[in-house]
Amino acid sequence: MNLLSGLLLVLGAIGSLLLAFAASDKVMTFHAVLLLAFFAIGAYLVFRRKPAASIAGYQDDVIRAGAIASIFWGVVGFLVGLVIALQLAWPALNFDLPWTNFGRLRPLHTSAVIFAFGGNILLMTSFHVVQRTCQARLAGGWAGWFVFWGYQLFILMAATGYLLGVTQGKEYAEPEWYVDLWLTIVWVVYLLVFLGTLWKRKEPHIYVANWFYLAFIVTVAMLHLVNNAAIPLSLTGTRSYVVWAGVQDALTQWWYGHNAVGFFLTAGFLAIMYYYVPKRAERPVYSYRLSIVHFWSLIFLYIWAGPHHLHYTALPEWAQTLGMTFSVMLWMPSWGGMVNGLLTLSGAWDKLRTDPVLRMMVVSVAFYGMSTFEGPLMSIKAVNALSHYTDWTIGHVHSGALGWVAFVSFGALYYIVPVLWQRQRLYSNRLVSVHFWIATLGIVLYITAMWVSGILQGLMWRAYDQLGFLEYSFGETVEAMHPFYLIRALGGLLFVLGSLIMAYNLWRTMRGDLREEVDPMATPAAAAAAAS
Amino acid sequence: MTYETVSAFAQTYGLVYLFVLFIGVLVYALWPSNRERFERAARMPLQED
Repeated sequence: MNLLSGLLLVLGAIGSLLLAFAASDKVMTFHAVLLLAFFAIGAYLVFRRKPAASIAGYQDDVIRAGAIASIFWGVVGFLVGLVIALQLAWPALNFDLPWTNFGRLRPLHTSAVIFAFGGNILLMTSFHVVQRTCQARLAGGWAGWFVFWGYQLFILMAATGYLLGVTQGKEYAEPEWYVDLWLTIVWVVYLLVFLGTLWKRKEPHIYVANWFYLAFIVTVAMLHLVNNAAIPLSLTGTRSYVVWAGVQDALTQWWYGHNAVGFFLTAGFLAIMYYYVPKRAERPVYSYRLSIVHFWSLIFLYIWAGPHHLHYTALPEWAQTLGMTFSVMLWMPSWGGMVNGLLTLSGAWDKLRTDPVLRMMVVSVAFYGMSTFEGPLMSIKAVNALSHYTDWTIGHVHSGALGWVAFVSFGALYYIVPVLWQRQRLYSNRLVSVHFWIATLGIVLYITAMWVSGILQGLMWRAYDQLGFLEYSFGETVEAMHPFYLIRALGGLLFVLGSLIMAYNLWRTMRGDLREEVDPMATPAAAAAAAS
Repeated sequence: MTYETVSAFAQTYGLVYLFVLFIGVLVYALWPSNRERFERAARMPLQED
């Protein structure tokens, strides 16, 4: 097995060396060199490594690496978000350079937060949850490490490609054909590792979180393959043409785009909710039956909701109505899941006062409920007529992304780091509290600014004077956004500060430091005794 | 295979198929003898690790 994988890596190294020489553009040369480094280091490690001393127990080193990568990419992605928020407020910050232009930094931000931060969180937690709930070691030996480093290479090629101007111009699917192919290989190995671990399970029942992870992995593979179907201009160049055209392309793109939200940012993170909330609250899942209905109805409905991104376009009317109807129906499974997550705290509500990590998780579930209420509302055609193309959409995405996805991820990180580094507790629970409040304030500033800005923008666009002419020029509507862009950037700044506090706190926790403070998680009597 | 045949199939058999599948899920989730198994499953995250 080691010999075979080593040979495959050597073959990959030879292939990427040839590609580096044959490449017809500079970015391809650069990416071929990155691939070469990956394969060469991989082959060296595979051939050099002696059989591991112990293959008993869980494979936790790859999860620890995932935690570090998640923290790193999180801070990077949030920072780039802050930069582009400031660029919108002060366009001079584009610096008139191609590499720092908003058009290139914006996909860098979205990919960094969704795929780099969110993706690493999902890799890390899925490897953790599947091992714990199956009571089995991760399948495939080194394959988990291949998935981890292969995924980082995907991020690196995608991100540097954007900055150097390489994109296929599909939202959330910007990487070019060869990067897509690389991700496909990594993703298939990921699926096999996950399935292999399920196969080895000691528990007969497959826990619901694993169902959500499996739906996420399988559906993302399907979406990725269909939406990125493209024909490269040459096998040694970066440029390709997508096979879809016209309204079919638009529908495929938003079938992909909306299910990236549904299966990457929802199903995957619901898996996190279903494991880490019960774990942290030390309470069983409120209703396991509800979780089964939640899972299947979410999977059934989400896949049809994409057309709501194309209201009042060339897409046939019935398809728009279908997208809207399924989006409205999604209210039910979404809220069923939220209720299940929140009520898991029954009998443990007091922990919210003492445990800032649990507080973060609960607020994330609340934000999940809020943004899955707002989403169906915005998918209704009459509402969409006002909200589409405005900042309201940006606000909606961020209440989901910052409030739900990022907060539940922070909760999982705060849980995982002390457990996997075998520390007694976090370096500081007070700092978690500070992170919680500063980030919550940031989110509130962000989404309220975008609500006001978006509705104002929508109303200005549709205002007519008594002669039937548009009341405002587009320039005037842009000018009116300025104060809200400042407030949004301030919210973003607070969120970035929060993530830096988390990075510091987790780094000290990894080092094994304990900040001397009254432990709010101790019993009140013990806390009083410690304080006196 | 025309657009009409595909959409006619989806609107009849497709609808019935998905609906029956969903009923199947409900029956599985609510089946009385599964209660004990699900109660055990709800505690799975709480196992020692």
